[in-house]
Formats: sequence, structure tokens, C-alpha cells
Amino acid sequence: MAEITLIEAIRQAMDEELARDPDVFIVGEDVGVRGGVFRATQGLYDKYGSERVIDSPLAELSIAGVGIGAALYGMKPICEIQFADFIAPAFNQIINEAAKMCYRSNGEWTVPMVFRAPYGGGISGGLYHSQSVEAFFTTPGLKIVIPSNPYDAKGLLKSAVRDPNPVLFFEPKKGYRLIKGEVPEGEYTVPIGPAAVTRPGSDLSIFAYGMMHYYALQAAEELAGEGIQAEVVDLRTLYPVDRATILESVRRTGKALIVHEDNLTGGYGAEIAATIAEHAFTDLDAPVRRLAGPDVPGVPFSHPFQDWFMVNPQKIASAARDLARY
Amino acid sequence: MDKNEYLNLYHQMVVIRRMEEKAAELYQQGKIGGFLHLYIGQEAVSTGLVAARKPQDRIITAYRDHGVAVNVGIETRAIIAELLGKATGISKGKGGSMHMADVSKNFWGGHAIVGAHLPIAAGLALGDQYLKEDNVTICMFGDGATNIGFFHEALNLSMVWKLPVLWVCENNQYGMGTAVERASAVSEIRKKAEGYGMPNDEVDGMDVIKVKEKTAKMLAQIRAGNGPMLLEAHTYRFRGHSMGDPERYRKPDEVSCWEENDPIGIYRAYLTGKKLATVEELDQQDKLAEAEVLEAVEFAENSPEPAPEELFTNIYVEE
Ligand SMILES: Cc1ncc(C[n+]2csc(CCOP(=O)(O)OP(=O)(O)O)c2C)c(N)n1
Ligand SMILES: [Mg+2]
Repeated sequence: MAEITLIEAIRQAMDEELARDPDVFIVGEDVGVRGGVFRATQGLYDKYGSERVIDSPLAELSIAGVGIGAALYGMKPICEIQFADFIAPAFNQIINEAAKMCYRSNGEWTVPMVFRAPYGGGISGGLYHSQSVEAFFTTPGLKIVIPSNPYDAKGLLKSAVRDPNPVLFFEPKKGYRLIKGEVPEGEYTVPIGPAAVTRPGSDLSIFAYGMMHYYALQAAEELAGEGIQAEVVDLRTLYPVDRATILESVRRTGKALIVHEDNLTGGYGAEIAATIAEHAFTDLDAPVRRLAGPDVPGVPFSHPFQDWFMVNPQKIASAARDLARY
Repeated sequence: MDKNEYLNLYHQMVVIRRMEEKAAELYQQGKIGGFLHLYIGQEAVSTGLVAARKPQDRIITAYRDHGVAVNVGIETRAIIAELLGKATGISKGKGGSMHMADVSKNFWGGHAIVGAHLPIAAGLALGDQYLKEDNVTICMFGDGATNIGFFHEALNLSMVWKLPVLWVCENNQYGMGTAVERASAVSEIRKKAEGYGMPNDEVDGMDVIKVKEKTAKMLAQIRAGNGPMLLEAHTYRFRGHSMGDPERYRKPDEVSCWEENDPIGIYRAYLTGKKLATVEELDQQDKLAEAEVLEAVEFAENSPEPAPEELFTNIYVEE
């Protein structure tokens, strides 16, 4: 098995899906000739041509909108939003159109498409190139997927392309080249839906996704050296979320630490905390703990600001330590 | 213009050029992180625009904002300190390269979401119209920005309401790696204004005097209450879209051809040709600019990092 980067896994998934299904195409800003700002589509324009790897004008609303229209027609578009921060102009198309199509037509109209967008901080992008946007999109009719490693990224993206529903696929850009992992040659998919217990443990459960899951594994490793056995659960699909795996884990360990990079208040972790409180209250040995980005409007530019904003392995280990001691 | 004014424009352009070259170096040394969009090649546009405005006229632009920052008179040291994310930076390290601003100089910022500042510019102009002030808002944006809805909504609305805005498109031929004709239904951007019945004009954006003169004319008409206008400045960025751009979308010949049209070279020739300045005087300005930038870098590098508590300031209005 070859070890590849997260971004290479994403590129391979698109390459294979383009090869497999002629209805699949990519549209976005600079995805073609330039191969994408992060190089996620590098080489695909040369291989599949300008009709299947389409450079669009600078117009997110329309990138999403034409994707939805083409998906209604029966195509399987992959729409790239260059940074998750720029998805806001497309919000109407995604929430009011894509999410509601199937429901409003009693199942007659379907929107089999993917919106890909790099999200998150840690690359000095500053206020408008670092945001996490998943919490804005938790709405029935949409699926939200966030991979944390190359194997899942490839398998989940292929599933997203084949899914008959609109899927938002957010990629932790800080991990694009940092996160490496083994990916088998040849065809496989990872199903949308199930979470994964990526490290078993007995003292507490850490629930995370994307970059924070990568950091949670590092924290768990550090804690193991101190005799604390943290279980790590990678949520992978945020919507609809795998409640069974979450509850099963927390019932065993009795303690839950939920980690995400987005702001604490109104962040996605609140939903997990509520689920645990509702369904596993009597199994808890400690209050549910959330570790998340501070409630400030963006990730400011300067290095120290970014470090203070970002959750990292040390902050996770420290929160887990406190919880384990409770 | 008197001689000092001519020399001052030259000085500004050279400061921008030297500062940007230095910024590129600092980026390569890893001292500036994130995304850095240089203004090299486009200096004449912002310099001419700002030179033509009255101090009460507002200016607002996109993320390629270092040039305007110099032109409105933000100290070079505060600009470079911002690039380095220092507490002494013009935005105290919170903003970085793309979000320079100083409202005391009527500079309403760099804006990183392409096109999003256009309706905001219209709103600033609405304030002037409402209070019957005869100020004009100058709103700069790239060619790529004219393809997003913000642009069309703002142009239409400003025309319907006759708002005092000068819309300025810096057509540098590319939006990131996409050539204008691959992304815009009309390559002559000013024609988009015609769809809204908006008077428009074009100018050689490599010639600071032409930019200044044309801008002054248009500002006067807008100030007289004739509603918004659009100016298309033809220009070119000599460097990549941002640092690290492999520039596969354009040929080296094309770049070198434009480089022969260097706005600083053109202006030097103009000044010496018209005997407005001697070569020695201009060389002296080059030296001053160089020294100013070096001093600014030293200041910025020795400046303190922001304090942790600043992360939580100004989320809401502090009373
Ligand atoms: C809404 C939005 N979409 C995409 C981007 C990413 N992006 C930043 S600059 C740019 C190209 C803009 O080109 P242009 O307006 O011509 O300005 P130039 O860079 O040439 O000065 C793109 C696509 C963004 N910042 N905001
Ligand atoms: Mg441009």
C-alpha cells in the first residue's frame, strides 16, 4: 500500500470517479488550467478536458446553482468552493434549493452532487481564509462529511459522488499535505454515515472530526504515556450523525470530550453534547466537556493569535487529563 | 501640480515597489505567513486615484491593498509591521496583508471576500447623499470581481439611486489564473456599466498622470451630483496572483512585454522629458524610498507580538 497525502487522496478519488462515470464533472474557480489553488484537481484538466473540469467565473452562487441545475438534469457535479469562507454567497442555493429539492417534489427531483470546500485555520490565512462553516449547514436534506485521513477522504469522497443526495464535503486544509496515510491500490469506498472508533480506550471518549481528529489521536498517544486510556471517535459524517457509535462509546467510558475547531457557542459539538445528555445521562461519570475555538468572529492573522485560537494536541491532552481525573 | 507634488507621486510609487519587493523577501524567509498579494506593476493606478481625490473622499479596495495604504499616507513601518503580524501594525496584527485600513485617512480597507465590498461602498456613498455631503466614494476592485453578483447589484442600485461612487476596475488581465476573456462575457469591463446605463471610461493604468487626470475629471462630475461612473484602468500585475503562484497560465513573453511598460519607468521618462525633475533628483528619491523601507522593516522586525487578550477585544463595541 502506498502512503499518500490527504490532498492526493482527494485528487485520486475525483480522478477515479471521472474515469468511472461520464456524468461526473468538476466545476469551480481555477480548478482547470491552474489545477486548483491547493492543487486538488492537478492534472485532471489535461486528462479529462475543459468540458469535464470546468473553470468558472468568480461566482460562488452560480457555481452552486449550476451544479444543482445540472444535478437535477441527472449529472453528478463536483462543485469546488475555493475556501469554505467563500461559500456564503452560495448559501441560498445550498440551503433553500439543494437541501429541499427532494422533499418539495415528493422525491421526484434529486440533486446527486458534491460541494467540496477546504476549511479551517492554522495556515495563517487570517480572518477570511480560516473559517469552519459546518455548523451553518446542519439542515435536513443535506449530508455533511469531513474526513480526517487519506483513506477515509478517498473512500468518502467516492461515496459522496455516488450518493443520490447533495453532500457537503469539507476538507481540513491544514492537513492537506501534513496528514499522510496508507491507501490501497484499486477500488474501495467508505460509507457515508458511520463514525469510526479510531483508537479504543476505557477512561474517556474523545469525539472529533477533520483536523481535530488528527490532533486528538496525537493527544491520546501522549495520554497513554501517562496511563490515561482515551478512546478516540472520528465522527466523519456530521449529518446525519451516527448516534449509536457515540452513545455506545460514552456508555463504556462514562466521560465525553467533544473537540472542534469552530467557535464553541453554537458549534457542532453542542449537538453531540445534547445527544449524550439526552440518551446517556445515567452512564456519565462526569459532565460532558467541550473544547473548541473561542467565541471570536474569525481567526486573526498574527501567529500568536492563531495559536491562541486553534485547538491543538496539547490543549486536547490537557482537557482530557482534567476530565479523566474528575 | 508643483514640483514637490510630482516628486511626491514618484516617491509613493517607488516606496510601494521597494516595499513589495521587501515583502516578497520576508515571505520567502518565512517571516510573513499566509497569503501575500503584491501590487508590483499596478502602482500607477492607486497612486493616480488617491492623488486625484480630496481628503474627504473615501477609498475602499480589495485584498491587493498595500499600494493604497502607502498612497493614503499610512506609515510604511505600520504596513510592514502588519504584514509581520505585529502589535504595531496598522490593524494591530489582526488583519495582515489583506485587511489594511485607516479610517482617519478615509481608507476603508482591504477586503478579502471578492466583490463583497462593492455594496458596502454604495452604502458609504448613500451616507453622503443622505447628509448632502459632496464627497465621493472611490471603490476599487479587480476584473474577476465583475463576474460576481455583488458587482451587478451594487452597480444597478448605485445608478438607480444616483449614488456618488466612482467604481474603478483594475483590469490586470487575470483573476487568479483565469484570463479575463475566459471568465467575463465581455472583455472590455467598462461595457458592463453600459448595461446599467452608467457613464464609463477607460485609462492607461500604467500612466500615473493619465490616471490622475481622468480620475479628477470623473470625480468632479460625480461630485456635481451626476450619479456614479465606472473607470476601467488597464494594468498588469508583474508578479503571480499571490506568493507561490506557479503562473502556468501565462507566458514569460507576455510578462516581459508588460514589464517594458513599467509605470515607474513611464513616469520617470515623463518627469525628465518634461523637465519636471532631473535624473539625479529621481535617483535621490529612489534612495530615500529604499531607506524608508529598510527602516520600516527594522522597526517591524523589532516590534512586539500582539498581547493574548487582544484576541477578545472589539468583538462588540466597547463602551
Ligand atoms: C467570494 C470569493 N471567491 C473567491 C475568492 C478567491 N480569490 C481571491 S482573489 C481571486 C481572483 C480575483 O481576481 P481579480 O478580481 O481580477 O483581482 P486581482 O487578484 O487580479 O487583483 C479569487 C478567485 C475570494 N477571495 N472571494
Ligand atoms: Mg485581476
